[in-house]
Amino acid sequence: MPGIPSRHKSIFLLTGVVLLQVLLLALQIKRDSEGRLIRVWTVGAFSPFERAGNHGIGHLRETWRHYFALQNASRENEQLRHENDELKMQVNQLQSKAIEADRLALLLNFHKSHENVPMLGARVIATSAGTASATIMLDRGSKDHIKKNMGVITPEGVVGKVVEVYDSTSEVLLLTDKDSGVGAMLSSSRKQSPVGGAGEPLLVMKYVANDDTVNIGEHVVTSGMDKIFPRDLPIGTITDIKPGNPFKSIRIRPSADLERLEEVIVLLTLQPLQMNLEPETGKPSASVATKPAGETAKPSASAASKPAGEAVKSRTSGAAAKPAPATVTAAPVPASENAAAAVKPE
Amino acid sequence: MNDAFDIRNMESHIEVHKFRGGAIVGATLLALMFQAFVPVYFAKAAMIDLPLLITIYFGLSRRNPSTGLLLGMVIGLLQDSLSGPTVPLGLYGIAKTVIGYLASSIGARLDTEHPAARFALTIIFFGLHQGIVLLTRRILLAQSSVWFTMHLAAAAVVNAIVAVFLFALLDHLRKS
Repeated sequence: MPGIPSRHKSIFLLTGVVLLQVLLLALQIKRDSEGRLIRVWTVGAFSPFERAGNHGIGHLRETWRHYFALQNASRENEQLRHENDELKMQVNQLQSKAIEADRLALLLNFHKSHENVPMLGARVIATSAGTASATIMLDRGSKDHIKKNMGVITPEGVVGKVVEVYDSTSEVLLLTDKDSGVGAMLSSSRKQSPVGGAGEPLLVMKYVANDDTVNIGEHVVTSGMDKIFPRDLPIGTITDIKPGNPFKSIRIRPSADLERLEEVIVLLTLQPLQMNLEPETGKPSASVATKPAGETAKPSASAASKPAGEAVKSRTSGAAAKPAPATVTAAPVPASENAAAAVKPE
Repeated sequence: MNDAFDIRNMESHIEVHKFRGGAIVGATLLALMFQAFVPVYFAKAAMIDLPLLITIYFGLSRRNPSTGLLLGMVIGLLQDSLSGPTVPLGLYGIAKTVIGYLASSIGARLDTEHPAARFALTIIFFGLHQGIVLLTRRILLAQSSVWFTMHLAAAAVVNAIVAVFLFALLDHLRKS
């Protein structure tokens, strides 16, 4: 062996011979789970380098990607930010549309479940400018056959009544306005008493005697006595009861969210109506369930019994309110000329 | 064998022995045959490792590490081959290669002709041989083995005693 001192030759030879035999051993031994020992050793010997190489290459690649290959990153970042803004806007629009679709679906369902009642969907386009009154402006007016004192509702409950009508818009006095009122009754005891606004979010039921039994949580529904709203439309839920002289002071949380109205339904008749409240209409069903069976068994009148001028076909705004064939029912009660006075409890 | 001459020059008082033709081969084959067949009839004879003693003797006598380790390798591999399928080729080969190298290296530096020295060296080499075999079993073959038993200690002594007489016998194979 040239280049190796002769005294070390035997050491090299020993090393070589021993390694050769170790290799020979490795070729023969087969471990149960790992295959031949030579393979285990080879893998064991190479895998650290492979791992190290992989790790190093990974680092290099990451370094290159994150620190050196940034020529277009700024432009790309700007583009992505712009794209992100657009997508956020789209998401917001879609969410808003989805919420609107839900609301319109609710209106449509309500309309379908009361196909006989002439009603018109309308959008809220404005609210009262000051806090002295609680009114909203609708995008429907006399052109759409809306008349003064017509009732305005949502599927959740009573909203108010039309107080001013213009060509293409109309103004609605909300139930929460202190000058507003609606004929009402307790859903369980059927005790009647008008409910009015107090210039605050809660409504007030004024004429319930101290002797009468009233419970917190009890539902209040329309009585139909104001000749504006049909019977048993939900008005609200009693939240507070205080004894007074001579009447109890009862506060009611409105069923309809009067502070967030976007679409409403205008009842296109001044005839007293008998609503056909069915379970699928949601909240109204609760009040229906409390109604004695006998009271709902009034004979329904045909559409022909309506005065011609009032027999307005159902019309709706937007996709929510499609015209639907009427199947029910204006109760055979003559229209009251001073309906507004009937609503006012005082 | 330049190595042998180098050693002889450095350690002029240590003699390098040469053997009659066929002595190493014959002794090796006889030792392997004894190791393979005698224990069949005398089980206790299995504790005597004649191939190891031959490796030690020729290593100490030839005093050439290269030939010593090669002789140890050959004897070891032959012993592996005769030990059945459970002993992989290389188990005794590695051990006897190392022993052959060490015996040759020591023989080149120390006087190993005295029976006491031979006795002591045989015990040491036997222990070393067992240690290498055990390490090989544990590390390379993943087999469990005990480090020390009284049987091994007794075997070391028996082999050392046998070595004293065997080496004296083998001395007659040297060229005068």
